[in-house]
Amino acid sequence: MLFFSFFKSLVGKDVVIELKNDLSICGTLHSVDQYLNMKLTDITVSDPERFPHMVSVKNCFIRGSVVRYVQLPSDQVDTQLLADSCRKELADSKAKQ
Amino acid sequence: MDLPDPYLPGAISLFEQLDKKLLVVLRDGRKLIGFLRSIDQFANLILEDVVERTFVEKYFCETGQGFMLIRGENVELAGEIDDSIPTGLTQVSPEEFRRIEDEYLAKNPPKFLKRQAEKTEEHEA
Repeated sequence: MLFFSFFKSLVGKDVVIELKNDLSICGTLHSVDQYLNMKLTDITVSDPERFPHMVSVKNCFIRGSVVRYVQLPSDQVDTQLLADSCRKELADSKAKQ
Repeated sequence: MDLPDPYLPGAISLFEQLDKKLLVVLRDGRKLIGFLRSIDQFANLILEDVVERTFVEKYFCETGQGFMLIRGENVELAGEIDDSIPTGLTQVSPEEFRRIEDEYLAKNPPKFLKRQAEKTEEHEA
């Protein structure tokens, strides 16, 4: 659930999502769920000539299973906190066993 | 953390698009446009008055598909369409579209056909 919580903390920030079909969409993260399905608002596509159907789309839902990368705003990411929560999650799961 | 109120995560957030005109891109690259009537947590979608849009360069063509249930696993992306945004694309009839597509393919043959043609040339030489 770490990545879900992490993405929830990025709601409202600008991200670029690259899909497995090479379409990359830049937009504001509106919502995310446990499958990492995401919804973006106010989107722009980096290569509108190749994807002419995306020009008239303002906000969109992206299924988590088709995402290749998510580019994050580096100043919004606390890597120290991420590393710590990763260790904590690992320790918690070990304690449960 | 500023979350929209009510916060509808992921697939459920498509509730906000209910009864709106939606563009759905499927995993095989097809583009379907229709009015969203129902959704569930798997992003299974029910669309009404669906048309499939096919594109070649600056032209597109629509073919009616009626009423559809799309299984969520095939959905890549679903976006709300704003008709007020100019796209610079021209809609043509299916016959006209086929002609444009044939012309385009004659000028830009798909890569696998190109490779095949090169091979036969090599073979003949």
